Amino acid sequence: MIKALSAKEVAKRVVEGKMFILDVRNESDYKDWKIEGKGIESINRPYFDLIDGVEDVLEHLPKEDVLVVCAKEGSSVMVAEMLDEAGIKDVNYLEGGMKAWSEYLMPVKIGDLKDGGSIYQFNRIGKGCLSYLVESNGEAAIIDSARTIEAYEDFTKQHNIEVKHMIDTHLHADHISGGRRLAEKTNASYWLPPKDAEEVTFSYEALEEGKDITIGNTKIEIQPLYSPGHTIGSTSMIVDGQYLLSGDILFVDSIGRPDLAGKAEDWVSDLRDSLYNKYNNLSKDLVVLPAHFGKISELDEKGAVQAPLGELFEKNEGLNIKSEDEFRKAVTENLPPQPNAYQEIRETNMGKIDPSTDEQRDMEIGPNRCAITE
Amino acid sequence: MNVTQTLDTKGLSCPMPIVKTKKAMDTLVSGDVLEVLTTDKGAVNDLSAWSKSSGHELLEHKEEEGVFKFYIQKG
Repeated sequence: MIKALSAKEVAKRVVEGKMFILDVRNESDYKDWKIEGKGIESINRPYFDLIDGVEDVLEHLPKEDVLVVCAKEGSSVMVAEMLDEAGIKDVNYLEGGMKAWSEYLMPVKIGDLKDGGSIYQFNRIGKGCLSYLVESNGEAAIIDSARTIEAYEDFTKQHNIEVKHMIDTHLHADHISGGRRLAEKTNASYWLPPKDAEEVTFSYEALEEGKDITIGNTKIEIQPLYSPGHTIGSTSMIVDGQYLLSGDILFVDSIGRPDLAGKAEDWVSDLRDSLYNKYNNLSKDLVVLPAHFGKISELDEKGAVQAPLGELFEKNEGLNIKSEDEFRKAVTENLPPQPNAYQEIRETNMGKIDPSTDEQRDMEIGPNRCAITE
Repeated sequence: MNVTQTLDTKGLSCPMPIVKTKKAMDTLVSGDVLEVLTTDKGAVNDLSAWSKSSGHELLEHKEEEGVFKFYIQKG
């Protein structure tokens, strides 16, 4: 009997366990983007090469516990049934395929806030997108929300929390923001940096330095810090004096790329100033919580992505480039491919186009690719 | 282009368009051209990759009103 494994169950094993994956998508899709992890071993055999039989692939598979993965599910069920008939024990398939994997959000508690309340990281593990929920006394702010807002809705319902603020650190190019939609549904305010919002077709609250945002009666402070470079409006946020939500400016293993709005050369000096001056002047004890991770190795044992700012100034290569010229080269030359459909995604986030849910899902397929290195 | 046979897989989802394409191809002889109609967007990349890996030639593919049309010559 074959069994469906949900994206949630697969995520648990990616973080904590071991798994063997037979990915039956075509070769180019597999090369572009796949399920990875410390204990994950995977091979690729397109399903269309297995229609006549799975004999050829058997010798490359363990005798038990294999997860078959495809784009949407259909082909993985077919191949899983063939493996089961061929005698492999415990054959599973990924429920909803890579489509579901791309959309799954894993909530991980990062820590408590000084006067009560806590901060959670929602890890969209399949795409490397990180969003945050800060809650205090029954009120919440959500930062860099994913398109699939159901995860936050379930969470706030479960914990009896009212969403007051939806905040985007910048106009995203790799994923469609759920900020505006959830703000509309919950009557929350939607905040965007005004310099990223010049072309938007909707009204919003201007996210600017000096305009602190508070939630709950314990006054959790969310202090915006203007830090341009990935986009011209990019704004970081210091939460409760402890956490630096760095958006797409600083990641744990890399730094943000300045080219996704087509202005790489113009924004290089902004990016350098944000990282080497503004960030350098902040307390090195701040815990950096970025909007993305690039490699699964950035996840700690509970699945969280975080690091003290001081540690990143020691270890992150992007923060240790001495000459400005070298820095310019590092952030403008030999960049990874752009995120899938990034121009359409930006236009969607500006409210200029309104694709269907299926189209939005297709636009978001693949890794985030917001860093200068892969 | 002389189409030898047309296979309609409209409405079917992955893996059926390719499973049926393969079965139809098995009944043809080298040089024959199979026309495949599908509405499954995912089949676009997969049919191209499959043609290549199985030694057939994808002569042409196009989209007309939401229907993808493939012309594959048996190798």
